[in-house]
Amino acid sequence: MASNRLSRRPFMAELLAHRGNSLIVTGLGSPSWDCFAAGDGPEILYSWGGMGLAVPTALGVALAQPGRRVVCVTGDGEILMGIGSLGVVADQAPANLAILVLDNESFGETGRQRGLTAGRTDIAAVAQGFGIGQIMTVTEQGAVGKLAGLLFKTPGPVLAVAKIAITDDPWALPEKDGTAIAHRFRAALGVA
Amino acid sequence: MSTKVHDWSADVFREMKARSIATVCTVPDGGLIQLLKMIEAEPRMRLVTLSTEPEGIGIATGCWLGGGRAMVAMQSSGVGNCINALGLPLAYRAPCLMLVTMRGQWGEFNPWQVPMGQATRPALEAVGVKCFPVGKAEEVGETFAAAADIAFNSRVSAAVLVSQRIIGAKGFGQE
Repeated sequence: MASNRLSRRPFMAELLAHRGNSLIVTGLGSPSWDCFAAGDGPEILYSWGGMGLAVPTALGVALAQPGRRVVCVTGDGEILMGIGSLGVVADQAPANLAILVLDNESFGETGRQRGLTAGRTDIAAVAQGFGIGQIMTVTEQGAVGKLAGLLFKTPGPVLAVAKIAITDDPWALPEKDGTAIAHRFRAALGVA
Repeated sequence: MSTKVHDWSADVFREMKARSIATVCTVPDGGLIQLLKMIEAEPRMRLVTLSTEPEGIGIATGCWLGGGRAMVAMQSSGVGNCINALGLPLAYRAPCLMLVTMRGQWGEFNPWQVPMGQATRPALEAVGVKCFPVGKAEEVGETFAAAADIAFNSRVSAAVLVSQRIIGAKGFGQE
């Protein structure tokens, strides 16, 4: 039986209710839609492109804002495209950075083609190899509390993989004008 | 190779500090040895070693979104890796400053470097990056300053292309 069973929208809604004043940096596609659906706000930095750059972007924010928790929420295909960035994160070791990979083992936006994590690739094991400190794989909704502790409280860098199901979810599209997204994010940080 | 050596790395380092550019992301290049040493030795600066150059575009963009100033230092071949990534700062209208040391250009020994070296400027311009080529060591500092100012003040992507004429072609022991 497949391990990816979590229903992404209720999972993310429950998880993000714990986020406090964390800054959220999303990878393109469904992780952006999920975060928007859970509740829009200026402290969410959405992305509509730049596949492979969610972790580097979040790392940049984390380095510039060492006093704020930064949580990168991205997908399995997105992080694999920039997987070396986990080595950079481990090397820089920002205590305020957490990464959540929503792993549905497929390329959701382009027709649900099979992804590499449907086979032998295990992003949690890869992250360990790169030297990320604490890693968790989540397969049950009941683990959300523990996951929230890791992502929002535990000294980073930390990474979690949530094995989510392929589901039909209503469209929930955030602002797509990058200048508007960037401006409200910077304004919320007081750096605009 | 020229015998008269002007220390352009020190000029760039000075201009960086004058503009509070405190984070430098790099996949190293031979032409960057002196500058990277200065950055590493400066406690108020952070050197971020990358696995591939586009990570630096993301980090520099994120850094600015968080209120900081970063740049990317790389060899011209690394520019080829960055093309799609350069859409990110453009979309956010974030500044992205790059210092590129050229290969495949002035007296190149290695044919594998030539295609990307020749394509560096047109490829950057095709994705909206303002290019500032510089061929004299004495002019690298002021060129870098101009590129940094247009990047951070006008929020555009700008690349300083340091000619292989300044750095010298690597001879692989054959010179």
